[in-house]
Amino acid sequence: MKTGRFWAWVVFVLGAAYFFIPLIATVEFSMRMRRGAYSFDAYQIVLGDARFQATFMYSVFAAIFTIILGILIVVPAAYWIRLRLPQLRPIVEFITLLPLVIPAIVIVFGYIRMYGSNSPLPFLANDTATNALLVIGYATLSLPYMYRAVDTGLRTIDVRTLTEAAQILGAGWGTIISRVILPNVLIAVLSGAFLTFAIVIGEFTMASLLNRPAFGPYLQNIGANRAYEPAALAIIAFAITWGCMSLIQILSRFAPKSANRPN
Amino acid sequence: MAEPFLSIQHVRKSFGATTVVEDFNLDVEPGEFVSFLGPSGCGKTTVLRMVAGFEEPSAGKIVVGGKDITRLKPNQRNVGMVFQAYALFPNLTVAQNIAFGLKVAGMPKADADRRVAEMLDIIKLPQMGDRYPYQLSGGQQQRIALARAIAPKPKLLLLDEPLSALDAKVRISLREEIRSIQKKLGITTIFVTHDQEEALSISDRIAVMYGGKAEQVGTPFEIYNRPATKFVANFVGTLNVLEGKVTDAASGKVQVNTQEVSLKGRLNGSRSGDTLSLALRPEAISLGRQPGHDTSLSGEIAEVHFLGSVIRVRVGIGGNTVSLDTFNNSATPPPVVGQKADISFSSGDMLVLH
Repeated sequence: MKTGRFWAWVVFVLGAAYFFIPLIATVEFSMRMRRGAYSFDAYQIVLGDARFQATFMYSVFAAIFTIILGILIVVPAAYWIRLRLPQLRPIVEFITLLPLVIPAIVIVFGYIRMYGSNSPLPFLANDTATNALLVIGYATLSLPYMYRAVDTGLRTIDVRTLTEAAQILGAGWGTIISRVILPNVLIAVLSGAFLTFAIVIGEFTMASLLNRPAFGPYLQNIGANRAYEPAALAIIAFAITWGCMSLIQILSRFAPKSANRPN
Repeated sequence: MAEPFLSIQHVRKSFGATTVVEDFNLDVEPGEFVSFLGPSGCGKTTVLRMVAGFEEPSAGKIVVGGKDITRLKPNQRNVGMVFQAYALFPNLTVAQNIAFGLKVAGMPKADADRRVAEMLDIIKLPQMGDRYPYQLSGGQQQRIALARAIAPKPKLLLLDEPLSALDAKVRISLREEIRSIQKKLGITTIFVTHDQEEALSISDRIAVMYGGKAEQVGTPFEIYNRPATKFVANFVGTLNVLEGKVTDAASGKVQVNTQEVSLKGRLNGSRSGDTLSLALRPEAISLGRQPGHDTSLSGEIAEVHFLGSVIRVRVGIGGNTVSLDTFNNSATPPPVVGQKADISFSSGDMLVLH
């Protein structure tokens, strides 16, 4: 028993070292901008850079729109599949997994061919339409995470009986989704939303090839031209992602405790 | 008979090639409490779901209060329903759950609050309004589900095996409470159950269902004492079935083992030489020859089960075994297995099964 515990600790320490040493090294390097002393100069430069603020805010807005679009598509779809079309579930699961298999660059080239300035639908000639295309592309990339999160949330409640209970009390579909289903899967939706946020904030390929002023291309640009700032940016991006993950954990504690269990 | 409040007319329901409900007919009077009783898969829940609007009949008509509701959506029917799995909304408090239907109907908040308080009083849980469903026991959750169903004053109340998920003690107290609330409000109610004791104890009438059809519709007394079919007789209560042969159809003589029983006027067209299934409830049979009993059979004690206040004795008679109940009397020792014994009964208590 004691030997088992010893080896468990060894594995844990090795895993933690594998994870933390590069992180600590990056933090340490990012603070060495001032010769002979540790400082936050690199962070100050990065955070004070107008391009950082502009690209970061652009990506934040893109993430918000992506989350809204994802919720509007995924929640009704996953709900309807659970309620009425369970036989379609394997097909839909397969479709939602495709963005993990098909590289983002394929989607972007598809966009450029379909919506380029010489095509019959020249969306890429217009900034707003290009932004919309980027958000749609992001929604596709986040589909595997959003769908799984929502579907897992729906699995914890008795969707059919709750729907019927609401229906018999006079509720229509809008009321059922907004007042019964969505509140009960809200934590799952938020999990999907934060994962989407984390993906969008760091995404490079789509934003770069569609020539959008997003945070991902900015990260790449700084990384190619500076020494200490990219390390600081990496730590900032890491903190944002971890912040999102922590929020998922915190919010999951407030999940409504289900009194309904499917029979 | 008053005008039926609920009329289910020639309803059939098929799922693909499988027909689960076949030509189902039932009229329910206003304020009546009718139970659908039957084994799993007999179609009782499907009929209830068609009345609720969750399933559309393949044929037939459902009329409530003179209005054909067959094609109406569930949210247009003004019907209340209590589900087996409670189906309380986990994200809402008890008060919000009860107020859900009122809010959907657009009732002003002050009126809805008053109605919620009234409902909580009716189900005797006045202090529970702020609790969440997960903080309540199964019995309490089901009472809240009942309050939620009746709060919008539905025309019809549907109860889909509401007691099956509860333990025995709570089940008995809650069924009495459901019946008393139903009587108090005078609401027409359909109750689905597979538990015969439940159906017998609280219903005005029972529809015993089998294979998608109503085998018999009648009062609990009729269903128990005058079962119309062999299935009803077997499904409701314990029954002894004896094979008999009609010896003289004109005078109603039937031979059971070596003895003759008179069933005059109850042979329903059977002819001499026909074989009949005859049934007797255990409580209709006495051990030994009793005054007032016109028929007796001789046999041997096969089994004795001591059940506390009652002793169930199984007596072998020819090729048949007959169960009978005798009250436990501390002054009299119970019968002994292997002992010769006579049983007696009134031929009037014998049921002819078709």
